[in-house]
Amino acid sequence: MSANTLVAQLKQGIDAPICLTWEITYACNLQCIHCLSSSGRRDPRELTTRQAKAVLDELRDLQVFYINIGGGEPMIRQDFFDILEHAEMNNIGVKFSTNGTYINAANARRLASMEYIDIQISLDGIDAATNDAVRGVGSYALARQAMDHLREANFGQFKISVVVNRHNVDQLDDFKALADSYGAQLRLTRLRPSGRGADSWNDLHPTQVQQRQIYEWLINHGDTVLTGDSFFHLNALGQALPGLNMCGAGRVVCLIDPIGDVYACPFVIHDQFKAGSVHDLGGFTHVWRNSDLFLSLRQPDSAGACTSCGNYDSCQGGCMAAKFFTGLALDDPDPECVLGHGQQLLDLATVKLIPKPTMDHSRGVRLSTPRPISVR
Amino acid sequence: MSITLDTAFELDPRVSLRTEPFGALAYHFGNRKLVFLRHPDVVAVVRDLAKYQTLADTLTAIGVHQDRWPSFVSAVESLHSSDMIRVR
Repeated sequence: MSANTLVAQLKQGIDAPICLTWEITYACNLQCIHCLSSSGRRDPRELTTRQAKAVLDELRDLQVFYINIGGGEPMIRQDFFDILEHAEMNNIGVKFSTNGTYINAANARRLASMEYIDIQISLDGIDAATNDAVRGVGSYALARQAMDHLREANFGQFKISVVVNRHNVDQLDDFKALADSYGAQLRLTRLRPSGRGADSWNDLHPTQVQQRQIYEWLINHGDTVLTGDSFFHLNALGQALPGLNMCGAGRVVCLIDPIGDVYACPFVIHDQFKAGSVHDLGGFTHVWRNSDLFLSLRQPDSAGACTSCGNYDSCQGGCMAAKFFTGLALDDPDPECVLGHGQQLLDLATVKLIPKPTMDHSRGVRLSTPRPISVR
Repeated sequence: MSITLDTAFELDPRVSLRTEPFGALAYHFGNRKLVFLRHPDVVAVVRDLAKYQTLADTLTAIGVHQDRWPSFVSAVESLHSSDMIRVR
C-alpha cells in the first residue's frame, strides 16, 4: 500500500483516534496572548476526578495509545497526578504540555519516576524579552527553572515546545542548541488564530518571507525536530516535509475540552466544530464514531477555491482552523498560503465576519492590548 | 544484524497493536514510535512471529505465497530497525 493510499484511508477515519488532546482545565496562571483555548479561569463544569478517570477507562478500551494533556495549565488541577497515574495504570501514554510553573524539584522527581510520561515545556523565545512578550512577564524564568529541575531529576528527554511566530523565527537555531544542551527534543508548531490567538494573529503570524525560512529550516532539520505535522501548508514550496501531511481533525485526532465537550481539533473550540460531549449517551466512543460533524469531516475534501492551483495535493489547502478564525471559507486557501492566495482573499474581502471562539475563560485584565479585528 | 528467513522473532512486549481497516497501528511505549502496518497479512505475520520457529515458518503457516516473501522480509527488517520486533 502506498503512502497516498494510507493517507486516503486515514482521511476516511479510523475506529478510534490515534491520539487525542485532552485539555483538563481552563485555569491557568499565565495569560499568553496566543492561547488557543482562551484559558485563564477554571470552569465550574470541569470534569471531576471520577469523570476524568471514566474517560481514561473508555480511552483504554478504545486502545488509544497516548493522549496529549493540556489546558490551561494542567498541573494546576489538584488531581493532576491522580489522572496521570490512572492513565499509566491503564497503559495510556501521556504527553502533557505545561508552562513549567509547578515543576519544582519534588514534582520533577515524581515525574521522572513514571514510565509513560512525556513533558512539553512551552517556550516562545530564546530570551526573556522575546518569550515574555507573548507568554507574560516572568514566564521565561519559570520555564527554564522547570527544565533545570527535570535535568536534575534525570527525567530524560523532555521536549521544548515552541510556537513559531514573527519574533522568534530567527531563533530556531538557538532553540535547537538550547534543546541539545538539555538533552531535550525540540518541538515546533504553527501559530493559529484560535482563542486569544485571533487577537494577536496580525502581530504574530510569520510573514511570507518567514514562511520560506521556516520551511527551509524544517527541511534541513528533518526528523530531529517534532512538528505535530502542523506545517503541511508550507509543502507547496517544494518537497514534502516529514509526516503524514494531512489534516487529522475528526479523522485521526480530536479534542476533549475541560468540561467534556468533544471538538474536531484543539484549534477549533467553536460550536461549529463541536461533535458532542463525553456525557452524551454512548460516551466519547459514540461521538467519535457517529457524530454528524466527524462523519462529514471524513468525506472527501473539496478543493474549492484551490481547485485551479497545482499545489493542492501537497498543501491540502492548509489548516481548517486558520481559515475559519480569519474569516475565510473552509475550502478557501489557507491565510498563510505560500503562494499568497489566502492573503489576496483577505485583502479583497470588504466586510468579513470573524467568528469568535465559543469559550472564553480569559481573566478580566489582559497582559497586552488585543487588536480589534472582529470586522474587516 | 542481517535478517534472514531463518531468524526467530517476537513482538517487543512494549508494543501494542490495534487493528484498523487498513491493517493495524503499532505503538511502542518505550521509544514512542507509531508504525502503520498497511496490510492485514503483515499484521497476521507480526502477531504470529513468536508462534513459529523462524520467519519462514510463520510465512508458511499464514499462507503467504513464496513470491511475496521478499517484501515481507523487508517489512520485517524495517520493523526490526525501529525496535517494534526483536530477535528471540
